[in-house]
Amino acid sequence: MADVAARSDALSSEQRRAPSRLRAFLHRKSTIAFLMTLPLIVLIAVLVIYPAFYALHLATLNKRMTQFVGVKNFTFLFTRETFWMVVQQSCIFALTAVFFKAVIGFIVAHLVHNVPNDKQRKWRGMLLIPWVIPPAMSTLAWLWLFDPSHSAFNWLLAHIGIDPVPWIGNANWARFSVILVNVWIGSPFFMIMYLAALKSVPDQLYEAAKIDGATWWQTMRYVTLPMMRNIIAITALFSTIVTFANFDIVRVLTRGDPLDKTHVFATWAFRVGIEGGDIPLGAAVSLFMVPILTVAAIFILRDINRRGNEA
Amino acid sequence: MKLRNISRRRFIVQTGVGAAAAATANLAAPFVHTAHAAGSLTVGMWDHWVPGANAVTEKLIKEWAEKEKVDVTVDFITSQGQKLNLTAVAEGQAKAGHDVLFLTAWMASRQAELLEPVDDIMADLIKENGEVSQVAKYLAHIKGTWRATPSTFGAQMKGPASRIDLLKKHAGIDVVEMYPAGAAPKSDGWTFDVFLKAAEACHKAGVPFGIGLGTTADSVDSIGAIFSSFGAILVDNDEKITVKTDNVRQVLDYCKRLYPLLPPDAPSWDDASNNKAFVAGQASMILNPPSAWAVAVRDAPKIAEQTWHHSMPKGPSGRYASFLQPHLGIWSFSKNKSAGKSLLRHLSSRASAETMVAASKGYDIPPYAKFKTFKTWAEVSPPKGTLYHYPDPHQDQILAVAAMPSPHDVASQIYAQGTMTKMVVRHAQGEAMEKTLAWAESEIEGFMR
Repeated sequence: MADVAARSDALSSEQRRAPSRLRAFLHRKSTIAFLMTLPLIVLIAVLVIYPAFYALHLATLNKRMTQFVGVKNFTFLFTRETFWMVVQQSCIFALTAVFFKAVIGFIVAHLVHNVPNDKQRKWRGMLLIPWVIPPAMSTLAWLWLFDPSHSAFNWLLAHIGIDPVPWIGNANWARFSVILVNVWIGSPFFMIMYLAALKSVPDQLYEAAKIDGATWWQTMRYVTLPMMRNIIAITALFSTIVTFANFDIVRVLTRGDPLDKTHVFATWAFRVGIEGGDIPLGAAVSLFMVPILTVAAIFILRDINRRGNEA
Repeated sequence: MKLRNISRRRFIVQTGVGAAAAATANLAAPFVHTAHAAGSLTVGMWDHWVPGANAVTEKLIKEWAEKEKVDVTVDFITSQGQKLNLTAVAEGQAKAGHDVLFLTAWMASRQAELLEPVDDIMADLIKENGEVSQVAKYLAHIKGTWRATPSTFGAQMKGPASRIDLLKKHAGIDVVEMYPAGAAPKSDGWTFDVFLKAAEACHKAGVPFGIGLGTTADSVDSIGAIFSSFGAILVDNDEKITVKTDNVRQVLDYCKRLYPLLPPDAPSWDDASNNKAFVAGQASMILNPPSAWAVAVRDAPKIAEQTWHHSMPKGPSGRYASFLQPHLGIWSFSKNKSAGKSLLRHLSSRASAETMVAASKGYDIPPYAKFKTFKTWAEVSPPKGTLYHYPDPHQDQILAVAAMPSPHDVASQIYAQGTMTKMVVRHAQGEAMEKTLAWAESEIEGFMR
């Protein structure tokens, strides 16, 4: 009887404590953080994770989507000449574009950094315009500049006696044009990231370097670049992923023409899967980006972690 | 609040009486034909290029809905950016969506297993309206079953739209005399050899033929018609690859001679490029439905006045024209198939077809043999009669779609990938004939996996 009474006391005190425990749980920083990120997690689950697994499922089906064929779609792709051309083009496109975006972003970030503070805001705003305009829209404007018959660039060239350039009519020029537009759109992202990194470098380091008699190049080599290294790596990683997976620029500008010489993974996957009616093969093409990007991500993130630990 | 206690016996008696009364009332009550007694129907149509064509077709559908007591919803979906095809593929995957959907050329065969057979409708329509074109039959009569009805709305011929003045001046060809309005064509001399000479003359004069060599529909259809005229088929009916044949070699050789006479950037042309070149006065001929002419009527009337639509030149295997035939299909998962079938019958009637042709200013071409002589084509201007020969009223041409008669799975890939235009560009840019043929053969082997 006494035991029962004691248990009932314990129960009531536990019941009393329950709301406060729940309140404590809800007030915990990690809980708040989780709840605040929950909408994003749900969105990612619905719009990224589910489609990714569905694409994986599709890639294992036959052309009529009636039979499981395992990895046959992937092995089939290895035998296709166009597939290897797309792999090569995607690599050329992503690496060249990221390199030029990084270089231009780096230079422009330094230029803006040296502009007096009161005028910097204006410059930052103007330079970000290419990045904030929806790419499909700005690419359409570029398409009009490159238009086969009515190119504004060619009109200008004609005025100085230069023959018209087949901007999107010749394979090499078309590749150049696609990369140029990607660099134009993406450079401001690098610029703003590098500018933030530059602003976080302590002035004392530059003062110390100056006292030690460091030249401009030595300051850059031993102070600026090491301090920006992580940001450079992360920006390059993000940009590589986004550039590899690019669809809109190529789709709007060249649709992969001429002769498939400007196709990247996403546009070729669309051509094969949606336009050509072979959805499983299209899914297999799009999934080929995953291992390439995973390897890139592992290397870059491992390097960042290592340096983080060293610090 | 006081609740009444109801005993089991009382409940059974009362509900039994109530049910009996309700049943009696139901039997006795007359059938009330409510506003939407025949259920609801959702229709996905193509968003037509021609301004005003959507509204007229929507009106036709609404009139039918009112008469049949159907609650109908019509969505006009653009084909820009493949949105219409994406809709069809997504609805097929999800097995949900519209009840009736506009299917672009290859979609009826791609979704055949998910489309309600319409043999009953087609038997009646053919009996009533005359035979359908072989393109319509090829695209939607799958394994002996009609899977969709050929649509007037959006059906188009991609024959020559020529500049009367420029062809007369530079090539000495009078297209109006060759294809007189209201009379049979005098086209015996209109061959691909003459076409090549005319292309050369116009190229020299700085107004080349505006034929694209990209991978979009206009380019593929143009080159597809030339291939057909030379009897160049890449895969035959029996799924045998026939790339390495004399006919294919002959057409590639012809196209290699034509290539330098076309605009230098033709390999990058899309479906807007030929229209723009024509309206800008830079091209003396394009292979297109009358959309470029319609724009010229508005923006460049002097060019519109000099535009004449006529048939393709004749090749060694005949005079072939590309005909893009869309269809209207009812999904097998539709909840109102009977209403869907009734709508398809309504839209396939002579009156509906004539209304749609008039609304599209002659752009749409009905698929039935008896529907090729509507007054719209004879009357629209300027110049009067420019569209008389557009629907091929004298059956001067053999209608085909690029890659026909290859099996659908392969043909739709050949079409979507622009295999034929790529063959032309590769060979014309200097690749050896046999290398181009080997490349095409390898591509097609891939499509046939």
